[in-house]
Amino acid sequence: MTQYRVLPGPEHFLPPAAASMGIRLPNPGEAHINGVIVPEEQAYEEAARQFLMAKVPTIFPGPLVLWAWNEKAAKKATAIRHLYETIKECVTPQQQAMLIPMPDYRPKYPKINPEVEINPNHPNLTIWHNKIDACMFVGVHCHQANLSLKIIRGGTSCYTIAMCAQAGHEDAMMSFRDATAEKIMKLADTIKRLKGSVKFDPKKR
Amino acid sequence: MSKERIKIAPEMYDIMPPEYQDLVNRATYGKEDRGWKDIGTTKELIEEHSLCAGCPESMAFRYILASLPAPEDTVMVGSTGCTSLVFPMVAVHNIHSLFGNQNAIASGLKRALSVRFPGKVKDVVVLAGDGATVDIGLDMTLQAWFRQEKFTTICFDNELYANTGGQESGLMQKGFVAKMAPVGKQFDKVRLPEIARESGCHYVVQCTVSKPSLIEKVVRNAVLVARELGPTYLQLYTPCILEIGKNSMEGLQEMRDSEKPTERFAYKEFVSEPAKQFLAELAAKDKERKAASKQLAGSTQEA
Ligand SMILES: Cc1ncc(C[n+]2csc(CCOP(=O)(O)OP(=O)(O)O)c2C)c(N)n1
Ligand code: SF4
Ligand SMILES: [Mg+2]
Repeated sequence: MTQYRVLPGPEHFLPPAAASMGIRLPNPGEAHINGVIVPEEQAYEEAARQFLMAKVPTIFPGPLVLWAWNEKAAKKATAIRHLYETIKECVTPQQQAMLIPMPDYRPKYPKINPEVEINPNHPNLTIWHNKIDACMFVGVHCHQANLSLKIIRGGTSCYTIAMCAQAGHEDAMMSFRDATAEKIMKLADTIKRLKGSVKFDPKKR
Repeated sequence: MSKERIKIAPEMYDIMPPEYQDLVNRATYGKEDRGWKDIGTTKELIEEHSLCAGCPESMAFRYILASLPAPEDTVMVGSTGCTSLVFPMVAVHNIHSLFGNQNAIASGLKRALSVRFPGKVKDVVVLAGDGATVDIGLDMTLQAWFRQEKFTTICFDNELYANTGGQESGLMQKGFVAKMAPVGKQFDKVRLPEIARESGCHYVVQCTVSKPSLIEKVVRNAVLVARELGPTYLQLYTPCILEIGKNSMEGLQEMRDSEKPTERFAYKEFVSEPAKQFLAELAAKDKERKAASKQLAGSTQEA
């Protein structure tokens, strides 16, 4: 068993791919938290707690859900909006929920506007600018998500969650797999249920 | 047409940066008669460019993107060089290939697209510098033409390797001294348009990008002929103003001076017999279509 754990950084300039450190992906019905495989049910609770504890809980929807490719994508977009509205409702006035798109993956030079978007090639600009301390990737193609999650782990202390439609992400601090609109709605329900029981502590942030 | 897929999910619309909203609402995807006249009146498919101020490559890019017959069903293949700095800002699918490999990549891509989307029109357009097309990629350029691959090759001919500081290229004119080629070119500019004709290209044009209407015509012809018949080639003079010591405003005049009948960029065109016939049929159909829509407009006005 590997001793490596996928934890909030800043880890260092070039953090290793978690897979190369022995972290493996969950099987269907499972998730991982910090690289340890857990039942999916536990992951809902942990993701909800992380969002409720964060000063700036943020969702980063990617191209697979921002664009209405098909009915499934449109349904996921609706669920993500609902999740965002739920987080907004459930946090205190000192916290600020955000929904920031990753419209595509092209390296945008000379600059991006970190207030309105995130780019996988330099995600830290958006995270630093908005002081984001917990985020969820959803609808981002796996290879771009992995690249970005690694950069975030390398240079920030942001907690990362992957709501992955495929087999999950080792490079996130926690990851779901086989994401559907229903799973996103279930996460929103869990946040509602845990509201009040998880305290936001501004001093810890 | 696949432009219906270029839609933002309604719940995400308000968070999308404005340039994406503009693209969906005001770009000319799917418009039958798109062309250079749309420039400045609708959302262009090029967001901004990172070339030197006044670089004629930037004009060429805008004209070409405005003239592609079906940008939503086009994949462009680029190569390393000044052009590659622009592709990240372009709202047409594109692939960056290893320097010189562009025509090999485009061959595989075109074939894969016709297997993956049988019965659908998918255009492939290569856009690369002269170093990529004529020197390091010459093998790939020629082999694609020999094999009659059905895509368009566009070469931005600035007569040197601009992106790496000014080395000698096959398309450089004889005697020219560049910043990193101090001896001066010892042999003639390679006659690639003639080579393209002999290698089986059905439509070949060499010109400058001083006239947007001309670029619209040749780009459209080249893409449509490639779709139906086989390889086509455009060699466009886009002078590197930085290397030839011109100011930002002087690129246009440089092109006008170089396209005079006795100069090296005088308009040159080679069209195969099947392409001539195809273009004549196309022109006749276009005329008919335009006359019909004029008539329709007239009759609705009367009503
Ligand atoms: C395989 C490979 N060889 C060499 C290079 C270095 N290189 C980068 S740009 C360039 C020249 C580009 O010249 P050209 O194709 O004429 O484009 P321009 O910059 O003039 O538009 C070269 C040689 C590279 N990137 N890759
Ligand atoms: S170096 Fe030359 S070709 Fe390249 S962008 Fe500048 S002017 Fe244009
Ligand atoms: Mg060149």
